Amino acid sequence: MTLSLRMRAAVLSVVLFLAFVAIWELAVISNSGGSGVTGMSAEYAALMGATAKGASAMPGPFTVGEEIWKHLSDPFYDAGPNDKGIGIQLGYSIARVFVGFVLAMLTAVPLGFLIGMSPLFYRALDPFIQLMKPVSPLAWMPLALYTIKDSTISSIFVIYICSVWPMLINTAFGVSGVRKEWLSVAKTLEVGQFRTAIRVILPAAAPTIMTGMRISISIAWLVIVAAEMLVGGTGIGYFVWNEWNNLSITNIIAAIFFIGMVGMLLDLGLAQMTKLVTYED
Amino acid sequence: MSIDTQISVEDLKRTFPSPDGGEDVTVFEDIWFKVEKGEFVCLIGHSGCGKTTLLNILAGLDAPTSGGVIVDHEEVTGTSLDRAVVFQGHALMPWMSVMANIAFAVTSRHPDWSKENIQKHCQKYIDLVHLTGAENKKPSQLSGGMKQRVGIARAMAIEPKIMLLDEPFSALDALTRGSLQDELLSICYGTSQTVFMITHDIDEAMLLADKIVLMTNGPKAKVCEIVENTMPRDRTRANMHRHAHYYPIRNHLIEFLVNRSAQFEAELSSKDYDPRHPPVTRPGLTKPSAAVAQATDAPGGETETAVQALA
Repeated sequence: MTLSLRMRAAVLSVVLFLAFVAIWELAVISNSGGSGVTGMSAEYAALMGATAKGASAMPGPFTVGEEIWKHLSDPFYDAGPNDKGIGIQLGYSIARVFVGFVLAMLTAVPLGFLIGMSPLFYRALDPFIQLMKPVSPLAWMPLALYTIKDSTISSIFVIYICSVWPMLINTAFGVSGVRKEWLSVAKTLEVGQFRTAIRVILPAAAPTIMTGMRISISIAWLVIVAAEMLVGGTGIGYFVWNEWNNLSITNIIAAIFFIGMVGMLLDLGLAQMTKLVTYED
Repeated sequence: MSIDTQISVEDLKRTFPSPDGGEDVTVFEDIWFKVEKGEFVCLIGHSGCGKTTLLNILAGLDAPTSGGVIVDHEEVTGTSLDRAVVFQGHALMPWMSVMANIAFAVTSRHPDWSKENIQKHCQKYIDLVHLTGAENKKPSQLSGGMKQRVGIARAMAIEPKIMLLDEPFSALDALTRGSLQDELLSICYGTSQTVFMITHDIDEAMLLADKIVLMTNGPKAKVCEIVENTMPRDRTRANMHRHAHYYPIRNHLIEFLVNRSAQFEAELSSKDYDPRHPPVTRPGLTKPSAAVAQATDAPGGETETAVQALA
């Protein structure tokens, strides 16, 4: 009996995962037997904990698994500014991404429509877009902090600026690529400009616009971690930086896992929405 | 302009900028012809003579370089719901169902109608083109012939004064094309719809048209002549070829497409051609022997059958 391709792929995934865990565990065990550093003051040794005895700070997969489970079983506790549940930290990050993303959508889609429909605006705005698009969104951060003077709004601004370009470009591309004959149909039926935009151009360009949104949300999720490392306070990026200062590699690895999970879910959500507006020609 | 003239094409000329920046290319010029109310007129010509451009100008989607089109005593300056277009590639919105595609058109015609009214009106036309049961299907679920049926239903549902068809069946296989031609024929004659259709299929033109406008090859295409179809209007695809006029007309049209359309310049000098009144011919009324001779004759051999347009 041969399993379906899907089943075989799933089996292979599990095998690869187990192999990865096994190699990781073996690597950690073989590293932990090192001799301790001699001549260290007792105070410093106490501060350094296990590392002072020569043990690596690198945890094994089971330690990380335990830590992830601990975070999952109590995600929303709040024990002061430097000790909040992972759910709260992720929540802050997701909220910032959401606000920045929605603001970007509200500007990029109408502006993209304008650029897509008007060759004049396309040519006039093209140099600005080409110049701004390759700028790393984090380069805006100091400028944002200086002018806005609020770290949360600044990080939202950075999300906004990195989300806006893919949506703008894809909307313009989708709108300008609407098939001429569909516009001719609307024209011969004397359909007004607004109704043509809503009933013909928007659904025709929707799959391309949604692809732009998917690219934007992925970039926004990449950028928020870096932005929160810079501005601090709350969020998953700050959490990672804080745990680096604590030298808790276990928590950093757990955070990497959660960042990956959320990013995957965001992309999956938008992929589902793209499916809703995709049409077969 | 007689009282029954619905479309009058007058001195139409369209030029396009040359792709290499040289002198403008004239696709067609000196185009004059008329379409009467309730008449089915086909335009035949090789590709490149500007057939689609001409139809777009009639529809109001394109503007002529000079000259004009008069429809119901008014010059065409833009699109109108009185002139419905059936596009070559059906042009259905793929994200809308069959019903929604037609309803989109009907709502444009009657913005004040209730949903039920629109639905009922659309259903009538879906039934008319034999698509009952496919109302909720998307165009991608339909065959090529069914898609074009929706295109025809959408055009008819706004009850236009004139239907403009741009090679509507050219992308279909022969069997589907045949049955759609029969349907179009019965629908149009049943409603005395004025139709202007572009085709390059001689049999299609002979089956459907009362008058066949022959266009010479581009650039600088002209109307060479207008052939009147003298076969009775109740002809069908099945019996048409038995009619005595069938072969004379067919031979005349083939002779035009194969030889005369390319050599019109020479033909022009051999007789007094007036672009305002292109010669009207009735090849169906020539004697059979003459018709056979004509197919082998030099261009211009049918002058005896040419009747000057009286309009």
